[in-house]
Amino acid sequence: MLVLERRAQPSRVMAWTSPLMAVILTALCGSILFMAVGKDPVASLEVFFLEPIKDRHGWAEVGVKVAPLLMIAVGLSICFRANVFNIGAEGQLVVGAITAGALVLYLDDDSNGGFWLISLALLAGALGGMAWAAITAFLRDRFNANEILVSLMLVYVAELLLSYLMHGALMDPDGFGFPQSKLFSDGWLIPTVLSGTRLHLGIILALLAAVIGWLYLSRSFSGFKLQVGGIAPMAARYAGFSSRNSLWICLLVSGGLAGLAGALEAMGPIGQLTPSISPGYGFAAIIVAFVGRLHPLGVIFSSFIMALLYIGGELSQSRLGMPSAITGIFQGILLFALLACDVLIYNRVRWRR
Amino acid sequence: MSGNFVRNALSAAAVALSVGVAAPALAQADQPLKVGFVYVSPIGEAGWSWQQEVGRREMVEALGDKVATQYVEDVPEGADAERVIRDLAQQGNKLIFTTSFGYMNPTLKVAKQFPDVTFVHSTGYKTADNVSVTNARFYEARYLSGIVAGKMTQSNIIGYVGAFPIPEVLQGINAFTRGIRSVNPDAEVRVIWANSWYDPGKERDAALALMGQGADVLTHHTDSTATVQVAEERGKYAVAYHSDMSRFAPKAQLVAVTHHWGDYFTDVARKVLDGTWKSNMVWGGLKEDMARVEGFGPAVPEDVRALVEEKKQEIIAGKLTPFDAPLKDNTGKVILETGSLDDDALNRMNYYVEGVAGKLPTR
Amino acid sequence: MDSLAPLIASAIVAGTPLMLAGLGLLINERSGVINLGSEGMMLMGAISAFAVVVATGNFFFGFVAGALVSMLMSGFFAWLTIWLGANQVATGLALSLFGVGASAYLGLPYAGESLLPPQFGVPLLQDIPVLGQALFSHHPMVYGSLILCVAIAWFLGRTRAGLILRAVGESPTSAHSLGYNVRRIRLAAVLFGGSCCGLAGAFMSLVYTPLWVEGMVAGRGWIALALVAFATWRPYRLMAGAYLFGGITILTYHMQALGVPIASQLLSMLPYIATIVVLVLISRNSTWIRLNMPASLGKTFNPNS
Repeated sequence: MLVLERRAQPSRVMAWTSPLMAVILTALCGSILFMAVGKDPVASLEVFFLEPIKDRHGWAEVGVKVAPLLMIAVGLSICFRANVFNIGAEGQLVVGAITAGALVLYLDDDSNGGFWLISLALLAGALGGMAWAAITAFLRDRFNANEILVSLMLVYVAELLLSYLMHGALMDPDGFGFPQSKLFSDGWLIPTVLSGTRLHLGIILALLAAVIGWLYLSRSFSGFKLQVGGIAPMAARYAGFSSRNSLWICLLVSGGLAGLAGALEAMGPIGQLTPSISPGYGFAAIIVAFVGRLHPLGVIFSSFIMALLYIGGELSQSRLGMPSAITGIFQGILLFALLACDVLIYNRVRWRR
Repeated sequence: MSGNFVRNALSAAAVALSVGVAAPALAQADQPLKVGFVYVSPIGEAGWSWQQEVGRREMVEALGDKVATQYVEDVPEGADAERVIRDLAQQGNKLIFTTSFGYMNPTLKVAKQFPDVTFVHSTGYKTADNVSVTNARFYEARYLSGIVAGKMTQSNIIGYVGAFPIPEVLQGINAFTRGIRSVNPDAEVRVIWANSWYDPGKERDAALALMGQGADVLTHHTDSTATVQVAEERGKYAVAYHSDMSRFAPKAQLVAVTHHWGDYFTDVARKVLDGTWKSNMVWGGLKEDMARVEGFGPAVPEDVRALVEEKKQEIIAGKLTPFDAPLKDNTGKVILETGSLDDDALNRMNYYVEGVAGKLPTR
Repeated sequence: MDSLAPLIASAIVAGTPLMLAGLGLLINERSGVINLGSEGMMLMGAISAFAVVVATGNFFFGFVAGALVSMLMSGFFAWLTIWLGANQVATGLALSLFGVGASAYLGLPYAGESLLPPQFGVPLLQDIPVLGQALFSHHPMVYGSLILCVAIAWFLGRTRAGLILRAVGESPTSAHSLGYNVRRIRLAAVLFGGSCCGLAGAFMSLVYTPLWVEGMVAGRGWIALALVAFATWRPYRLMAGAYLFGGITILTYHMQALGVPIASQLLSMLPYIATIVVLVLISRNSTWIRLNMPASLGKTFNPNS
């Protein structure tokens, strides 16, 4: 029978190939699913994974989805490495969108905008997300309250707050009572980087964040302290590393990045504030972070895969007539596959009588 | 700014190119017209998106192989909607129906890039050369259903489970109330906002709360059958919305206010096929058969049905509207002294009429 | 207030799925395992129960089916986290995501369908004015959840098995050195937790709103997780919390119906803010939190290390 035998040392080869194996495994499970509903598995997989990127425009759309996922996942990687489980990135995203959007609505007079003002709005978004995450940090720091639950509850509060503002203070006065804000004027919209597409500056910022995140974790002392605190908290304490500093740093960073992602969404592809500013990016980013092995550069790969799944799922609806539920199933399978394949990093499979 | 200029120039070039490419395509009249639909929620078997889907099926039945349709359901409003709409346009659909108000801005953005594609947006208020807006005067049918509710209530308290306080929902509440008061001046309508289009648990709780307050007739402006079912369970009455829900509530349903898009969709498709389509704002009601009252329950007596039919004919003939003067809001302020509310005023409705208890939430 | 009885009745019914799921998660977490898959398991339980009732007409089978399906899901979770050592938070999240998608997919043929469940009530007692409607006219599962609560409190506090479970949650290494099979005990706890979530989901689709729409659990799985912390991992406090949470939502509706002019969104925030407040209160004393929270929560235990 097959047994799992612990390796003497974690396998480096597996650490790199396990995400790839997970994707392949997901594709396999997907084919079985497609066959079970009577669709051609090869054609279906093609729609899921290849169709989204078959032309320049497709790549741009994938990029539009990658930007927020990547940005948030970079922050979450840092957080999770420190064993601080910020599950509330969705709430931080929403609050970031609110603060940036509110600033734009306040200052927008249809003729201004431009580099400095847009940057100001983005900064406001990042600060908003940071502030929201700071609540979680403070409650954990001062009162030991579990950050998973606090940050999760704050997501609901943030969403209700957005809904409240959308029906009241931030609603477009000329909008016939629809719960949306005024459209941001052109000067305030994030510039696109690929003409004729929706791909905006957010993708550059996200990639930049990934690189900076990687440098922080691998080259800085602060990043080192943070990671040690996550892997061996006792050793860290003994060495005098402040777990409190790590807590604040990682929550503020991930909150700031999530808030920035929210601001970019509002000022980029959407162009206004609406109650449905995010289709769950904050939660999807958690999976992206794990699939990317909590490595800021690894999450570039995993956010790409995740974006493909989102868009592939949509396309498989209109091309193959598959139901909308298919996306969630695939994402769940992907994560399961990854977690299972990860086992092989620390264990090897042996055939034993 | 130079960035803007380059962007605009490139967009203009893209538009010119796509028009150039589209022109020969328009000449091929014998190819079936490709029609796309975008639904905001899963189709299910009752509710807003279901009625849109029924409309699509009716259009297909009417036009046969002159059309080839496809749809995408459960598309959230927001950045994703734009991509889906654009994808449908890129796949060659020449007529696209975007069926939720949150799709308004994405539809307009895509429409700018595809000037040879016709877009029809439901429940919005912005049009363009290739974008028209449609809505239905559900409130006319609501008024009629109010007559039924007003006659059938015994406690004189009628409950309304609403989703969000937007004008369309308020039109429904107010017209319903006006209908009730036209036959029963002592009755009162109480509203609970569930803050969701689609959460049966919340709907049920809201409905139960209303019944706890004494309501014996319920209605809703949400997307599930929960309200109607609770009424059935507790032996009360209900007015269903979107679809006829009598099979879920055989005893409770007094009548249903239903949407019918099939004729309108077919009409638009025909016009696009003929090349006679023009952008407009279509707001059909009882007269155009886009809104109906149907599904009368067994408890509704003949004379009430006759009264409803009589009033329906009056509305169709233009002799009566749900919002004829004098019109006061429920704080006593006079809204209208003569005439009746025009479309603009209807679209800006942000108050409760006399007969509705309470205040609107965000005022 | 003539609406007091319906208010209490609705609060109890609204609190029941929270309590059922919460009790299961409580046992789960007492053994040291945190399972964030409650939302997915509840949805899968809901659709399985619904499908079975549509096919057989038997509500009892429906509940059993719901419990079984969720138990299987939690079994998969247990294998990944307890034996393969996968991260509990990530695996639980994946379970939820998968459960949301799979239930929506499986539920497609049933979309918008509904059932007419029989009406229940305790004979004689249900005719008492006010109290009768408030307390004695409920579905047997409501009373079942109360019995479950008492049983779990007794189990944890008065039985040897309960003591062992708590020991595993506090210090798996000590329990292991005493000869207890930590993994098996955790597995049992996780399976129990899963089946309770399944029962909660079945309650939602068979009793609470007897219809199926995708996503109908609407976040109650997450609230159940919060509830366990809110209750400091104690069954009776969980019961109080569940009814309180259920009650707050109902109360906001009654307040709306009475015309109280507070924005409904702000009122809807109350349960979540209340949870945060309680978390703060119970955690602020670090000794108290050690007394109240299972120490090994979320940490993987490997007997071979």
